[in-house]
Amino acid sequence: MRLAADPHAVRVGLRQLLAAPALHGVPDDLMSSAEIVLAEVLNNIVEHAYAGAGGVIVVRLDFAYPTLRVAISDDGRPMPDNKLPTGAAAKFSGIADLPEGGFGWFLIRTMTTQLDYRRKAGRNLLSFQMRAD
Amino acid sequence: MDLTADLHGDILVIQTNEDRIDAATAIQFKDRMRELSLTASQRVVLDLSRVAFVDSSGLGAIVAVLKALAPERKLELAGLTPTVQKVFRLTRMEHVFIIHDQLPQNLGLAS
Repeated sequence: MRLAADPHAVRVGLRQLLAAPALHGVPDDLMSSAEIVLAEVLNNIVEHAYAGAGGVIVVRLDFAYPTLRVAISDDGRPMPDNKLPTGAAAKFSGIADLPEGGFGWFLIRTMTTQLDYRRKAGRNLLSFQMRAD
Repeated sequence: MDLTADLHGDILVIQTNEDRIDAATAIQFKDRMRELSLTASQRVVLDLSRVAFVDSSGLGAIVAVLKALAPERKLELAGLTPTVQKVFRLTRMEHVFIIHDQLPQNLGLAS
């Protein structure tokens, strides 16, 4: 499936992805985790890889119980140092220094396995798996 | 961003009439919350029972409102739906907020 890279298109695209025949039979709990992870990955591409300039995102989904396999590619800018952000859990000592961002990669890393990123021929290729409990 | 506020005694209840708080609406959410919370009250309770989905931008916006109200007032949340609850649990933000299963009783919501 191909999506346009802007926040409203991500909303619409996410809805279409979750309704895709490839996700037929995905249990509710995995579906909700998939929605969270896909939203984070897609918004990250919109905000950083394409930096608001727009572009095309290609998403491939494949579910065979209990594993959901996802591959996402875009033509935007590479990840800094060609590496995925670490997504470490935020540390804070009080309300005043609570983080207002940085939750995205933490959520992605927490809910996925086999998370892999590579830069190939000017494209970003991200793949990961998620499993039903 | 469709948010509505009602004052019930010393509690300002803000109802979210949207099904998502995400990257597309996080800034509008924050702005509208700032306007609505100008109404003086001891407590602010945000009812999220109609919100099916919050992403990291939406979560960041809710945290920003908590920080903006502090230290005088604390943002309380009510009615988290399953996916929203999962985001708060995994990021450990569930320990930062006072979270009610549903709106506190006896608010006279019929008024």
